[in-house]
Amino acid sequence: MFFPISHAHVSPIYLVVVGFLIGVLGGFFGVGGSFIAGPALRLVGVDWNFAVGTDLAHIVGKSVVAAKRHRALGNVDLRLGLIMALGTIGGAEVGAQLIEVFKRAGNVNFVVSVVSIVIYLGISTFMLWESWKTLARSKRSTAARKSTTPAAKTDDSAFQHVTKAIQRWRIPPMISLPVSGVTISLWIILLVAFVGGLCSGFLGGGAGYIRMPSMVYVLGIPTHLAVGTDLFEIIISASYGTFTHAIKGNVDILIALVMNTGAAVGAQLGAISTQYFAGPKIRLAFVPLPIIGAAIVIYTMFTGHKL
Amino acid sequence: MSQRSKTAVRRTLRAFAFELVIYAALVTGYFFAVLHFLGGWLVQLETQHIRVYAVVAILLILGQAVVLEAVTTGLMRLLRGGRSE
Repeated sequence: MFFPISHAHVSPIYLVVVGFLIGVLGGFFGVGGSFIAGPALRLVGVDWNFAVGTDLAHIVGKSVVAAKRHRALGNVDLRLGLIMALGTIGGAEVGAQLIEVFKRAGNVNFVVSVVSIVIYLGISTFMLWESWKTLARSKRSTAARKSTTPAAKTDDSAFQHVTKAIQRWRIPPMISLPVSGVTISLWIILLVAFVGGLCSGFLGGGAGYIRMPSMVYVLGIPTHLAVGTDLFEIIISASYGTFTHAIKGNVDILIALVMNTGAAVGAQLGAISTQYFAGPKIRLAFVPLPIIGAAIVIYTMFTGHKL
Repeated sequence: MSQRSKTAVRRTLRAFAFELVIYAALVTGYFFAVLHFLGGWLVQLETQHIRVYAVVAILLILGQAVVLEAVTTGLMRLLRGGRSE
């Protein structure tokens, strides 16, 4: 099928399958999946600028489907999502400006590659350690006393003591989030969102790989709610990103619409699947995603080929 | 995972398989009907009114997502006898 906006010949079946896979990941983990979608579009000859912009448009559609499903499951904290959107947009702008600074210095590719590898591997290592420790601890306590709570939707973290300490910082104004069961300083929420936005603007994509874990570990949001709220927040930030890329001529909306037909089914499957897994198990399953991202960057760095 | 959860997962996956078949037929029709007619107009918009194109692009992707979510939820409900999850 010929897509006249990007002048690319791509099989619609390929786009639907890629959309479906990214939809499953997005619905289950609350990530945009740009680290797969971008290279997948490049692989079939879509220009890099169109791959980035079109991927963002597709993320908007996929996040709407997944967030609606998560909302029906009670997994979206709208108040938190709206506050975070402000911090994310601010961070994304600073990230984009940083890119310009490194572009002028002539070392943007090297700096972005190294920073992304460090961040991706850091997140994976930390989440592997934390979820493993949490699962081992809950296994011991379950063996000691028969648990009466259902396996799914339960949440516990080996990092909880640090999260509780952060929640005790009483820097006004304090924001009450009854849906998440957390009261926390507005500034901490904005800081977490800003860092997510900074990564999004600097490293590309929706940065769900950093926002979802930081919502769990820094803000103390239960994993299921972090996934759903992250998706809601991605709708706002990715729409903003889509608009800015579209006016630069980087969005082929026809490709995004085709990908979204697969993502609609995948996102629902992913979102519904979260019901059957407890928080630490979702976090443990999340670990390979940033590693895949790091592997793609390392491959690009050493071969010079953009996947 | 408990036996009850496993049964629920199996039932969900089976419903999804049926849903995929029906959905594939709908999507094929959608490609040929809607995208074919929209293509020319969108290309023209992208080359002549880029800002309008940006707004239309967001509205299209949001609108399609809402409709597709409703379609997939409706199909799930239909296939699972009134329950969508």
